[in-house]
Amino acid sequence: MTENALDTAGRQADAAGAPAASAATSSTDGSSTVAAPPPGVGGRPPRPTLGRRALILADSLWRPALVLAAFFAAWWFVAAREYVPNYLVPTPGQVWATMTDQWSELARHTMVTLYETVLGFVLAAALGLAAAVAIAYSRTLDKALYPIVLFAQVIPKIAIAPLLVVWFGLGLTPKIILAVLIAFFPVVISGVAGLRSTDPELLDLAATMGAGPWRTFRKIRFPNALPHLMAGLKVAVTLAVVGAVVGEFVGASEGLGYVLLLANGNLDSALLFADLILMSAIGIVLFVLVEIAEALLIPWHASRRAGVPLTTS
Amino acid sequence: MTTAPARAGTAIGMSRLTVRFSSRRSQTTALDDVSLDIEPGEFVTIVGPSGCGKSTLLKIVAGLVQPTSGEVSLLDRPVRGPQKEIGFVFQKAALLEWRGARANILLQAEMRGMDRAQAARRADELIEMTGLTGFEKALPHELSGGMQQRVALCRALLHSPPVLLMDEPFGALDALTREQMNAELHRIWRETGTTVVLVTHSIAEAVFLGTRVVVMSARPGRIIRTFPVELPAHRDYAQVMSDSRFDRLATDLRGLLGSAAANH
Repeated sequence: MTENALDTAGRQADAAGAPAASAATSSTDGSSTVAAPPPGVGGRPPRPTLGRRALILADSLWRPALVLAAFFAAWWFVAAREYVPNYLVPTPGQVWATMTDQWSELARHTMVTLYETVLGFVLAAALGLAAAVAIAYSRTLDKALYPIVLFAQVIPKIAIAPLLVVWFGLGLTPKIILAVLIAFFPVVISGVAGLRSTDPELLDLAATMGAGPWRTFRKIRFPNALPHLMAGLKVAVTLAVVGAVVGEFVGASEGLGYVLLLANGNLDSALLFADLILMSAIGIVLFVLVEIAEALLIPWHASRRAGVPLTTS
Repeated sequence: MTTAPARAGTAIGMSRLTVRFSSRRSQTTALDDVSLDIEPGEFVTIVGPSGCGKSTLLKIVAGLVQPTSGEVSLLDRPVRGPQKEIGFVFQKAALLEWRGARANILLQAEMRGMDRAQAARRADELIEMTGLTGFEKALPHELSGGMQQRVALCRALLHSPPVLLMDEPFGALDALTREQMNAELHRIWRETGTTVVLVTHSIAEAVFLGTRVVVMSARPGRIIRTFPVELPAHRDYAQVMSDSRFDRLATDLRGLLGSAAANH
């Protein structure tokens, strides 16, 4: 289930991450009318118009859409012909029917899981960044915190889920804590890597500019760490979904994980599939949001540009 | 053009500087008993073989490295900790890759908390002076090496520092761009009257730019000799290159550096 979510999210990422590149190639493969935006002279290339942007988007989406369509066709074929009995694999139509019939219930459970995931992710991002700053700035804290962070990571979080339920009851708290615990590690690791990757000459320079540590952090170290950090946040957001759902497995009265267990117990495979689709949707939507945030925050980074030097002199 | 205030006394004073780096296994002496006084308005170039501690010397003046023993003063005040009265240019441009050229230059102002309007005016002046007009918004990756180094130079000059320290600033540039940058730097020095200390591997660069050339030996770094450059204060690149005085000094330097290298 979770692998499915990650997989789909990854494919989505490729699609969303490469609009510029595919726009550039589309003019060469001749299969599309989208032309690469004219290279800007003396500045950034002009912003594409809305229509052109839609075309670029369509151009980047048709490949994954095709794969998805093929997958659905195969699924439908296998299920409708009952090569596999319907109580094991329902048809897409049955899943759709279940989804629409029980929409209000499913929407409520989706909102619960979404809430846990987002809150867990935001907390993990904040705590992870704080820990990363502490580790990157202080040798003492580095020695004190890093082993603990690592230890917390190697404990199988799923194994401590029952303990969290015992401690915090059946409410939202244990799910959020689990989401935080799972999503925390990639944020810390990427944050530390990013903060440590600052060019030492830039730090020397900041010292000769008489800037204090806060200004140096705000103007140099933090923006410099953002590309690493965003990569960690992308991993973290997909893991936060896993944390929330696992928390719901162990003890809950609402949420998609709870519905999944219920559907499993009733051999209601249509509901189970509908539930899986909603879980994946949460992962994908959140991942895309982080992608968008990344595109807005670090448009300058090498991973996000198809840049050509402006001058040769 | 803003001119650094004329000061009595020395711009930079170094007396009996020694620097030892000790690692677990060995101890290396990077600088050995280096003394050098630099007057305000001078352009001192330092040449020497690789690893002779030239860069360390600049970092000591900037207060970024503590000498093992000896005294440094900047503008007649002892150097303890990083100095603010300087502009520093590295071999790499060391620009913030998320900022355009102008914003990179203005980093200096933001870090120092300078007056915004005044800094912006000064930035525009420098952009014009170094021929960056039209590239104000270009990100570093969109600029060539020479352009990037111009931005770094503007950034180092933004606050009109009385002392400019340059650590092989044009080392990574191609020969043509380098000559062009040398000519520009000479003009900027003439216009601003800033005291400049420039570390270089290039004998031609050292002689063309310097009012004094300091030659250092290979590790441990010592000052072997100091040559005054007997060329007019106002220099034209092509003229200087064909000047007999230039030739003689360059030959002397080459001989000295050759023998310095041969001894080790």
